[in-house]
Amino acid sequence: MTSIPLINDDTPSFILELIFLLKVKDVMTKNLIMVPRNSSLKELQAIMKEKRITGVPIAENKRLYGIISMDDIIRALEGGYIDEPAENYMTKNLIVLEEDMPLSFAINYMDKYHYGRFPVLSLHKELVGIVTSRDIINQLLVNINQEMARLEANMVKKEEADTGIGSFERSFLCHRFDFENAGRASTEIKKKLKSMHLDRKLIRRVAVAAYELEINLVVHSQGGSLSVSIDNQWVTIVAADRGPGMKDPSQALKEGFSTANDWIRSLGFGAGMGLPNVKRVSDEFSLESKWEEGTKVTSRINIADKENQ
Amino acid sequence: MKITELKDKLKYEELCGGSAQGIIEDGYTSDLLSDVMGNAPEDSVLITIQAHKNTVAVASLAGISTILLCNNRPAPDEMLKAAEQEEVAVYRCQDNQFTASWRIHQLLEG
Repeated sequence: MTSIPLINDDTPSFILELIFLLKVKDVMTKNLIMVPRNSSLKELQAIMKEKRITGVPIAENKRLYGIISMDDIIRALEGGYIDEPAENYMTKNLIVLEEDMPLSFAINYMDKYHYGRFPVLSLHKELVGIVTSRDIINQLLVNINQEMARLEANMVKKEEADTGIGSFERSFLCHRFDFENAGRASTEIKKKLKSMHLDRKLIRRVAVAAYELEINLVVHSQGGSLSVSIDNQWVTIVAADRGPGMKDPSQALKEGFSTANDWIRSLGFGAGMGLPNVKRVSDEFSLESKWEEGTKVTSRINIADKENQ
Repeated sequence: MKITELKDKLKYEELCGGSAQGIIEDGYTSDLLSDVMGNAPEDSVLITIQAHKNTVAVASLAGISTILLCNNRPAPDEMLKAAEQEEVAVYRCQDNQFTASWRIHQLLEG
C-alpha cells in the first residue's frame, strides 16, 4: 500500500495546520455500539449487518477489551464457530488513539498499521469513540470546504477593494520552543508594512504586537499559528494555539505575571510584559482562553486614521 | 551620532557594521526583550548582555540600530549572521551595562 501523501514538505500550511489543530475527538464517531465479551459472534454478525458497519468494539462499562471485525466473522463462518463468544476470537492487542492527540497521529497510524479503524480512549482509558478513514475524510472535507469558501469570498473582496493598499493575508505556523525561527513571521509582516509605506510608529506598533504574540506561541503554547490580515483600515493579527490554555486569563494581562521557566527567562523572555505590551499597542484587543484547550489572542491596529494625519 | 563613534571614541569592538545610514540618537539598557520591544526608542543603541539571535530580531523589529554586548559576552555566529541580514550593528565591550550606559550617554550629550 502506498503511504498517505498528506504530510510532507510540500503540504500547504493550511492542511498541516488543520491536521495538527484538529484533534482525534473532533473527527471520531461518538455514538458507539459496544457489545459485552460474552456476546456470540453470530449476534455481532447481525449487528454489523443491521448497522452497516465492519467492526464492533467489545467493551463493558466503557472499558475496551477487543475488537471483532468483518474478517473475524468470515473466518468464524468458515471455521464453523459462529455461535461461540466474541472474547475467544476478538483482536486483543489493539492499537488505540487518545482523544486529545492531533489528527496527524491518526493519519500516521492509518499509514503505519493498515487497520481500518482505531478505538479512541479518553485520558481515563475509557472508550469514547472510533476513528475510521471515512471519519477523517469527512472532517477534512468539511474544513477544506470552509476554507475554500472563505478564500473565494476573499478573492471577490480583493477584486472589489480599491487599488490603494490592497489586502494582504498570511498565516505562519509557530512551534513550541522553536527559538530558531521566532521572529520570522513578525519580520515578514514588518517588511510588508514597510513596502506599503506606512508611518514608522504604526509599523512599530504592529511589530510589537506581532512579535510578542509570536514569542508567546513559541514559549507558552504547544504550537499554533499567527495570522495577519491587512486591509485599508486595519491590521488584524490573530494568534491561535492548541493548548494548554490559561487557568486564569485575567492574570495574563497583569504586568509582571508570567508562567515562564528559568531557562526561558534567561533568554530575556517571560518577564510578564508580553500580553500587556500587545494590549497597549492595539486599538482593539481580545483574549480568549480555556484551560486544557487553547488560547486565541486578537490584536487590531487601525491604520486608516494615521494615514489621514 | 554615528554608530562608528562607539569604535572611534570608546574603542568598543565592532562585530557587525549594521546599516550604512544607521545612527544612534538614544540608548536603552535592558536584558528583558519584552521590555526592549515595548519601550526602547528607535534609532537607539541597546545596551545588554543578551547575546543571541532573538536580540537581533527584537532590535530589527523595534528599529534599534545597534546592539552593544557588555561584559565581553561572546556573540554566537548565528547572531552575527542574523545581524548582517537585518542590518543591525553589533558591538562588544568590557564595560558592564552601568558603565557603558554612562559613557554612551556622555557621548550623546556631548
